Amino acid sequence: MSYPKGTFIRNTTVTRINHWLTGGCFVLLVLSGLSMFDPMLFFLSGLFGGGQSARAIHPWIGCVFLVSYLGMMIQFWRDNLWNRDDLAWMKAIDKVLANEEEGVPEVGRFNAGQKFVFWAMALLTPVLFLTGLVIWEYYFSSYTTIEVQRAAVLIHSLAAFAAIIVWIIHVYAAIWVRGSMRAMTQGYVTPGWAFRHHRKWLRSLVATDSIGPRPRTGGDSPGPLERR
Amino acid sequence: MADLQSQDYVRRSASTMTPPSARSHEIEVAKLIDVSRCIGCKACQAACMEWNNLRAEIGHFEGTYDNPLDLDPHTWTLMRFTEWDNDEGNLEWLIRKDGCMHCADPGCLKACPAPGAIVQYANGIVDFISEACIGCGYCVKGCPFNIPRISQVDHKSYKCTLCSDRVAVGLEPACVKACPTGAIMFGSKTDMTAWAGERVAELNSRGFAKAGLYDPPGVGGTHVMYVLHHADRPSLYAGLPDDPHISALVSVWKGLFKPLAVAGVALAAVTGFLHWIVAGPNEVQPLDEAEAKHLIHADEPQ
Repeated sequence: MSYPKGTFIRNTTVTRINHWLTGGCFVLLVLSGLSMFDPMLFFLSGLFGGGQSARAIHPWIGCVFLVSYLGMMIQFWRDNLWNRDDLAWMKAIDKVLANEEEGVPEVGRFNAGQKFVFWAMALLTPVLFLTGLVIWEYYFSSYTTIEVQRAAVLIHSLAAFAAIIVWIIHVYAAIWVRGSMRAMTQGYVTPGWAFRHHRKWLRSLVATDSIGPRPRTGGDSPGPLERR
Repeated sequence: MADLQSQDYVRRSASTMTPPSARSHEIEVAKLIDVSRCIGCKACQAACMEWNNLRAEIGHFEGTYDNPLDLDPHTWTLMRFTEWDNDEGNLEWLIRKDGCMHCADPGCLKACPAPGAIVQYANGIVDFISEACIGCGYCVKGCPFNIPRISQVDHKSYKCTLCSDRVAVGLEPACVKACPTGAIMFGSKTDMTAWAGERVAELNSRGFAKAGLYDPPGVGGTHVMYVLHHADRPSLYAGLPDDPHISALVSVWKGLFKPLAVAGVALAAVTGFLHWIVAGPNEVQPLDEAEAKHLIHADEPQ
């Protein structure tokens, strides 16, 4: 993928494919999972060819999701570590929500809200996977007691709804902050976007002569910013 | 046989609408298993296999009379043998015919996510409608008696039907018909309760002071009831639950949690929408681009 001149790479092609594989799995998991959660939503199983197939395919999609999210974690964990800037950003959350960027402290590649989404999913994914294994009737029903399975199915649905709420926040934020969606579809952001929302990230890129998504380190070849 | 039209539904799994229930004059039935009269001959097990055309795989001798060792998709009723050293130091051989209890408040039906896969007829029978079953195993989690078994072959859940097909046409269940000692009786729940009273009185007179009827109120009563010589200790009989009820975990999962989950999702979505119409999108301004350009150029070597 070539990026327009003068823009910064927010997410590499690998990251974007990884993200949309994760997102696609998540949507399929929600649809098939909800079909088994409430009678009013059982019709969703029709999207998967009926109740039997929805039931059978759901855990396999979950496995792909787990691996895919692990990929996201490997790529994103460093930039999601909590630091002092996040607290300052959190304290200015009223200004953030009111779109008054002037009063919001500068942040790096991710702000505290994005970090919350990242770590919430990082916690919920293994919980969903492990409880999902316990209630995967065909392969694992004989390994645990029924009481453990009862607890697992309750925790699984609690975690699923927590994940759905986190997902709503994630999707809305992408709609709300214009330019974010393109950062995950075409992969780039304009300098102005980086300046407005992730100024520290922009500064680190400029300082190291990088076009993103991460600042360059000593060993890297000469910087492409020179070419502008 | 997906739909026994001769019997009306009072409950239907995963359904929010009232099930068809015009035929309103059915009486509640019950099977009464008098443990004190059982000789452990397994005629009921054989009759169940025969009537329902069930043939479990031949297993191995495991050093116990229990054969097979557990219920399975092909074994809907099973004699469970317990050797109990009673308080006087005597051996008592407790034999219980295990199988679906046909609860008035069925945990399996409560847990089932597939519309119409589990139904309860007006006569009290809880039946699995196999073609609607999706094989998720939720009924196993809902059941307080550990009865349903999922087939690894067709991914359907199976258990005793109380011979709903026979009962529908005025016959007694196959096990009842086969029992040579009259230990298994079948009739209206009222009649069976009355008959159990006579049996309990008889057992009391024979020294079983704690004899009684097992019709656990925790599940609203059952349509399979036991006469036990030790009704104060049901668990003596191969782990028959002393006080069965639908697990609180299942009740929360299928009850309280649902409105909370809907409220949580709705709150998140409505909050997002309100934010959109109040604050609106956060758009990059021309000033941002200008400032960014300034920042980038300031960094360039002079």
